[in-house]
Amino acid sequence: MNDPAIQIEGLRFAWKGHAAVLDVPAFTLARGERLFLRGPSGSGKSTLLGVIAGVLEADAGRVSVLGQNLASLSSSARDRMRADHLGVIFQMFNLVPYLSVVGNVTLPLKFSAARRKAVGGDAEEEAKRLLGRLGLTDESLLERRVSDLSVGQQQRVAAARALIGAPEIVIADEPTSALDADTRDRFITLLSEEAARTGAALLFVSHDASLARLFDRAVDLTAINRAGVTA
Amino acid sequence: MSAILTLAWKSLMNRKGSVILTLVAVALSVALFLGVDKARTGAREGFGNTISGTDLIVGAPTGTVNLLLYSVFRMGNATAEVSWPTYQKIASRPDIAWTVPISLGDSHRGFRVLGTTNDYFVHYKYGHGQPLKLAEGAELSDLFDAVIGADVARELGYEIGTPLVLSHGLGNAGIGGGHENRPFRVVGILAPTGTPVDRTVHVSLEAITAIHVGWETGAKNPLADTIDEKMIRSFDLTPKTITAFFVGLERKGTILTTRRAINTNKGEPLMAIIPGEALAELWSVTAFAERALMAVSVFVIAVGLVSILTSILTSLNERRREMSILRAVGARPGHIFSLLVLEAGLVGFLGAVVGILLIHAILLVAGPMVEARYGVSLAGTGPGLTDLYTLLAVTLASLLIGMVPAWAAFRRSLADGLSVKV
Repeated sequence: MNDPAIQIEGLRFAWKGHAAVLDVPAFTLARGERLFLRGPSGSGKSTLLGVIAGVLEADAGRVSVLGQNLASLSSSARDRMRADHLGVIFQMFNLVPYLSVVGNVTLPLKFSAARRKAVGGDAEEEAKRLLGRLGLTDESLLERRVSDLSVGQQQRVAAARALIGAPEIVIADEPTSALDADTRDRFITLLSEEAARTGAALLFVSHDASLARLFDRAVDLTAINRAGVTA
Repeated sequence: MSAILTLAWKSLMNRKGSVILTLVAVALSVALFLGVDKARTGAREGFGNTISGTDLIVGAPTGTVNLLLYSVFRMGNATAEVSWPTYQKIASRPDIAWTVPISLGDSHRGFRVLGTTNDYFVHYKYGHGQPLKLAEGAELSDLFDAVIGADVARELGYEIGTPLVLSHGLGNAGIGGGHENRPFRVVGILAPTGTPVDRTVHVSLEAITAIHVGWETGAKNPLADTIDEKMIRSFDLTPKTITAFFVGLERKGTILTTRRAINTNKGEPLMAIIPGEALAELWSVTAFAERALMAVSVFVIAVGLVSILTSILTSLNERRREMSILRAVGARPGHIFSLLVLEAGLVGFLGAVVGILLIHAILLVAGPMVEARYGVSLAGTGPGLTDLYTLLAVTLASLLIGMVPAWAAFRRSLADGLSVKV
């Protein structure tokens, strides 16, 4: 249990036929830590998250998630690892259009027995509780099609989905870039609070350095990535 | 898997418009296929059940199928007749147990008139050897008695005692038909059989002779009307010719020798056919058309299935993000694959179910009309194994066809990873 949430040593990654985008000698995210990872676009942020999530395979080096070396896992074991221990929030369009608000929040439970177990009883109740915590209390809102929600509301639904079933790690990839400053700060505060409540480590990625003040620690990707940045 | 099935279902519901169109395409193609199949088997069963227990049918030389069609199915016309003495000569053969002579050529308001003897009601059998049964009344006794089939009674609203007149030839003419001077009376109504018997007016052979007194030249002699009924009854009304006759043998084993004997009859040439054999010949004639129809309807099903493929493939691009989201929340590439396969399978399955319901609804409504018009009963075509097999085959084929877009999405989801592209 004392393994860090994420530990990277000597990671190298290149897209086929291209120069390396990632060359990260060392990076650590402690359990329960709220980390701000700053990087301009094109600095390999999304690629790094893909590697951590186990969707992309590193060419070299060691990427451990909760003490498990991803390279030693089969691709389906990595998929299971992601389903059980990772919550992900994207920049936008986070929601499955044909599912209800609650259906979107409970979606990870369909793919992870561990998170189903963590929720325990009524998944729908838990989804509503999380949505309530994130400020979506209005019952009529829950009945609406997800595409009819505002971007801010959609991002909060996505946050609830990332948090449900208490995964150990929540990864947020520019989740606030489509939000105005007010909504953005509120969103980050709520997300941090909920992550703290469930004990999840939060890896928050953004190009906007001004957000760093809202986190425990801030890391500049360009500082830890030795690969030549093209953009 | 049930979680993926629920997702597939919700995803389809989200694209209701295009999904319903695809579903309708599949449903129509399945309905067409089953409709062709049911008409085919219905026709075969209906025809096959029309005559039973008759070993040979004998008429003047013509085509085998033609003789069968006019003598049993009241379709087409005899080109020549059999003379009464020849009939009597054959009927008296020792290997022949019974014969039923029939005489065709007149009609009553669109229904064929069959001149025969009461032996017809004894020996003519249909289905699996069921005899004809009178629902009401009695067999023929008086010269101008008529026993009518169930459809004749129902459609014309005839009861016992209703008078009717026959028309010369097969015209639907109620006016100037030609035999209005010789009215008949309904004495018996047969129970329904689902065969052309239901659509036949039966009278005695003598009555056929009687109404044609004065028609010896082939057209009505103006003096015919001057001959009154009393005079006619005093004439010798033994027919000079009949159209054909049914034969039952003493022993089935002699069927081929008896047939050869009749076919090589000295004097008047005759032709004897075995009903089952003639039916087989009829099917070999129609088999080509049947196969063509089946092939066409199979292709139509293929088109329906391709429309499933098209609708899913075209939706893939706009669903790329959805796939990434599913991957991010823990779906494995296999889940993405099954999601799309199941969507295709669901559309195919539902389309087939709707198609099956549709064709049965159509048969329910149109079946009686087809039967009335063509004498082909579609009654034996209720939900059956064919429907089940078609349902399974279409569902399976759609699952298979769903693998094409599923494979594309599978590959893409591996390449895309989490980096969702807008």
